[in-house]
Amino acid sequence: MAVNEYQNIFTRVQVTGPAEEGIELPKGIWERQGTPFFSYWLGKIGDAQVGPFYLGTFGLLSLAFGLTAFEIIGFNMWASVNWNPIEFVRQLFWLALEPPAAEHGLSIPPLNEGGWWLLAGFFLTISIVLWWFRMYRRARQLGLGTHTAWAFAAAIWLYLVLGFIRPVLMGSWSEAVPFGVFPHLDWTAAFSLRYGNLFYNPFHMLSIVFLYGSVLLFAMHGATILATARYGAEREIEQIVDRGTGSERAALFWRWTMGFNASMESIHRWAWWFAVLCPLTGGIGILLTGTVVDNWYLWAVKHGVAPAYPAMLPATADPLMGAN
Amino acid sequence: MIKQWFAKTVSIALGVVLLAGCEPPTAESTQNGFRGTGMLQLEQPKVREAKVAANQVPAASPALPATPPYAKDVYQNVQVLGDLGVGQFTRLMAAMTQWVAPEEGCNYCHVTGNLASDDIYTKVVSRRMLQMTQHINANWNDHVGETGVTCYTCHRGNNVPAEIWFEDPGPRSAAKAGWRDNQNTPAPVAAMASLPYDSLSRYLLGDEEIRVIGNTALPSTNTSSIKATEGTYSLMMHMSDALGVNCTFCHNTRAMADWTQSTPQRVTAWYGIEMARDLNVDYLDPLQPVYPEHRLGDLGDAPKANCATCHQGVNKPLYGAAMVKDFPSLTVEASTSAMGQVSSEAASAVATSEAVDRQEAEGI
Repeated sequence: MAVNEYQNIFTRVQVTGPAEEGIELPKGIWERQGTPFFSYWLGKIGDAQVGPFYLGTFGLLSLAFGLTAFEIIGFNMWASVNWNPIEFVRQLFWLALEPPAAEHGLSIPPLNEGGWWLLAGFFLTISIVLWWFRMYRRARQLGLGTHTAWAFAAAIWLYLVLGFIRPVLMGSWSEAVPFGVFPHLDWTAAFSLRYGNLFYNPFHMLSIVFLYGSVLLFAMHGATILATARYGAEREIEQIVDRGTGSERAALFWRWTMGFNASMESIHRWAWWFAVLCPLTGGIGILLTGTVVDNWYLWAVKHGVAPAYPAMLPATADPLMGAN
Repeated sequence: MIKQWFAKTVSIALGVVLLAGCEPPTAESTQNGFRGTGMLQLEQPKVREAKVAANQVPAASPALPATPPYAKDVYQNVQVLGDLGVGQFTRLMAAMTQWVAPEEGCNYCHVTGNLASDDIYTKVVSRRMLQMTQHINANWNDHVGETGVTCYTCHRGNNVPAEIWFEDPGPRSAAKAGWRDNQNTPAPVAAMASLPYDSLSRYLLGDEEIRVIGNTALPSTNTSSIKATEGTYSLMMHMSDALGVNCTFCHNTRAMADWTQSTPQRVTAWYGIEMARDLNVDYLDPLQPVYPEHRLGDLGDAPKANCATCHQGVNKPLYGAAMVKDFPSLTVEASTSAMGQVSSEAASAVATSEAVDRQEAEGI
């Protein structure tokens, strides 16, 4: 029976006891809110204890600005189907808040011609940045390192490149991404088409390496810990210095499988760097597109990256060139 | 036990439901580019069979000699086909009836007892369509080749071709919010993507620049925007849909813009875009005043042609059946002097004469 426990995707064992109230916080900051309680179903996927919550100034302000952006986007989507609730639900994945047209450049357009988009982006950016400060401060006040905040900052970098830095460098808000499900995917496809195939952008290549690498590392690490959890290996750090532990079996598994293993500490550095470098390199790739490089395919040909294929089709020429 | 049985049944049922959305693995692939480039076309044999069955052409009656008396001498108000022998003329009229109005017959266009009358708008339209057909066969060989077109290419026995388009006003938005920049709603023209829904107006009636990709590695003169690219993308989705092919029928998708890596079909398609615009601007759109209201679009515009109007899901319309070889009178443009004889009594012929004036001004 015990063997099967850890093959389940749900947490099978729930330990209950008095709620964990956490460490004492310095005076002068907000109290944690609410009486903690236990949820059996949340315990299936995480910790069964819910609360207490800490909102704080940054948290509250971030939620307020975030909600404002969310409402501007949502109401614009709803307005675009003339306030029809059925169409709003039917078309939800197609709807978007669209950035201004190219002719407006970096000026502030009328509200209903991209002005709402600028406002939503402004509020969303404030919200995200405030949440970053909250994250940083929570970590500091719990006596933690600030790794989470800096990882989040990497994602904010990509967000700012897409929605602010690159459009400013290109001189037009119209270059930015619309807020919407399918529309932002269309934007992505059009972005790659316009700039001659983003797959030839070396920073896009790096970003993909780190994205897929993150997935691989995550799968390896998650599987390793689940597989050795029967020996208590999810208590990774406390097992790190001992011999004969679940952690050591995990290490042995990889050393025997591929000759080399990460340590219980270093695997988390691998994961952190792969995850952080994904948006970091991606952001650089986006930033260079259109500003420094106009056609990534031709750039790749110029630098010997893109191979030439033998001709197997009849020679084809631009009819416009022939006409001239 | 029952619980496990239930879980198994549910997961099997769910699997079947999910797989039901897939195509059967019977698609045939045709390679049309160098290996590894992904340049191939996929087609389900059953879909192809259905399309072949739907694209059979009616047989032509035996050809007749061009001997007098000529149509212009026998009938009145014959402006386009007057130089045909009466036999040839009648044969073409009969074919046109079969192609366009098989149920309604001659009276779909002609006033009973007065064949010369232009009182029914369909007669004025069909005269202009005859000129358009001649124009295509005489001047657009780059697109239609020797195959050419007849009325049947588009009409297929329908009064109005199945695939026509009107300017798309898009869904109505609220007044002060919800600006969508002509996109962000399922666009029928772009295979229901959230791409711009007005691409036909922009590229097949207007002449907005389709080439958005720069031809230098580093930034130089190309200032096309991402939004302009979305417009082009929408048009390309229409073409792909209309021809029943994917992007790689014409493009090596690693370098969409590069002509030297494209298939010869891309050149044909390029002339097709030019041709569709020419037909919409010179022939179809100007007929607007001639049509009764129920033939017009939401914005009051005339019905127009796009790639699907002829192609109807097949990359060569009617799988390349060359019908026009049986009707040589549709391959040469009638002289402008004959076309100039527009009856001033026919009130609805205004548009035709305007178009003729423009043609004369352009020296066609």
